[in-house]
Amino acid sequence: MPLSSSADAPAPARRQRWLSVLAKAPASRLTALWDGLGAVPAYTLLRRPETGLVMVKGRISGSGAPFAAGEMTATRAAVRLASGEVGIGYVGGRSARHAEIAAAIDALSQRSDWRDRLEAEIVAPLEAEADARRRTIAARAAATKVDFFTVAREAGS
Amino acid sequence: MYVAVKGGETAIAHSLDLLADKRRGDRGVAELTLEQIGQQLGLAVDRVMTEGSCYDRSLAALAIKQARGDLIEAIFLLRAYRTTLPRFGDSLPLDTGAMVAERRISSTFKDVPGGQVLGPTYDYTHRLLDFSLAADGERPAAPTAPADTNRTLPRVGDILEREGMLEPPPQGLQSDGASEDLTRQPLTLPASRPVRLQNLARGDEGFLLALGYSTQRGYGNNHPFVGEIRYGHVPVAFVPEELGFAIEIAEIDVTECEMVNQFAGSHDVPPQFTRGYGLAFGHSERKAMSMALVDRALRAEELSESATSPAQDEEFVLAHSDNVEASGFVQHLKLPHYVDFQSELVVVRALRAEVEARHRQAALDQAAE
Repeated sequence: MPLSSSADAPAPARRQRWLSVLAKAPASRLTALWDGLGAVPAYTLLRRPETGLVMVKGRISGSGAPFAAGEMTATRAAVRLASGEVGIGYVGGRSARHAEIAAAIDALSQRSDWRDRLEAEIVAPLEAEADARRRTIAARAAATKVDFFTVAREAGS
Repeated sequence: MYVAVKGGETAIAHSLDLLADKRRGDRGVAELTLEQIGQQLGLAVDRVMTEGSCYDRSLAALAIKQARGDLIEAIFLLRAYRTTLPRFGDSLPLDTGAMVAERRISSTFKDVPGGQVLGPTYDYTHRLLDFSLAADGERPAAPTAPADTNRTLPRVGDILEREGMLEPPPQGLQSDGASEDLTRQPLTLPASRPVRLQNLARGDEGFLLALGYSTQRGYGNNHPFVGEIRYGHVPVAFVPEELGFAIEIAEIDVTECEMVNQFAGSHDVPPQFTRGYGLAFGHSERKAMSMALVDRALRAEELSESATSPAQDEEFVLAHSDNVEASGFVQHLKLPHYVDFQSELVVVRALRAEVEARHRQAALDQAAE
């Protein structure tokens, strides 16, 4: 849930939240918001976007020992700002642009002059949109909730 | 035995051209887009991701298009593609308890906490062809109802487990370090339960469906109930080595099935129900249920049941579940076996000549008597 003060949270906790929101956002939406920022500080690619696999683990019966359920594609990138901050992006899927923008935002988020603006213009809106998607899913599912009645047999039948 | 042959290059090139032409079909009909496949043939995409063992909706859609809808061929294409990619690592185990569920049913408890949520299901359709789908036209949006998004649905298994009525699932060793993975190490027998589940998760739906069905018909019956089926969205958490803390890299759709089965008890352990587990990518309910039935059947030995049926035979099940391997070995029979067959021809001709000679000799002997 978006907290107005969360841009000031301790660095690992904030980066964790930001990177998760950025990764789970639709790539096209993140790109649009990023482009909407206008001029941003230049960065160089420390690691060119690279697509690979993450083995998704499940748990036996949902809560027991882990097992390898199957892989998923993921893309990662790392950037460095001219001012020295290093940003990392890991996103599901194969969008190089998605991973690179996530890394760039992660790097910029370490600069106090950018943090609040990125929170307000990118992270908070994406989080609100994700929340809205979740609410829509839940509301559509809720409309299919049923009560089954166990029909009692009539005496003698 | 297959012996290499040469030649046929032009014929092969032309065959590929013809295949591409057939794939496109009548040029007067609009070409399928990957978005259309992803959106409107979503369950085919789910199956290809599950058995291709690679979650990527657009890759699976591409594979389906390339394979002209032959899902086993599409699964093969996806498996082949994944071999070209580096492995970043393992995710943290999914927390399916935190799922944003689109569907959640239990056939063991009518009043399961959180309720029975049907979601999108074919269960209550009449299986009558709907000719209105043959015509164009807008469909109304699905109805909505108030929902509490802060509440997660408790697992039916956990409820029974707390009462001691259901065996707890085995707890593993630390998930980090060298965990078992069939994409890294070949299958060895006897296989651990995590390895069996990985094998089944990748396994052919039809094969597992038939095996699961066979247990219901008496070949290794273990009296299953659907404790719970849930389908929905779960985040995938991963710890990048550069960061050292977990981030969520995506949300994926999965289907989970927990079967509650025949109880077992002993002198020391009071009777309690046992369980089988199924997990599949996307909305793959038949697959998850079949997997759970077969997972439970394969525990026969562990639960001191007599293992006399195919579904309880670990080697039989695990060695034949993979449709890429099965399809490869069956279809390799189409490759030229000319030399092999020639040698068999020679043998059979020689045998026949021997038999004929014996018959002639017998006839002569009889005539001579």
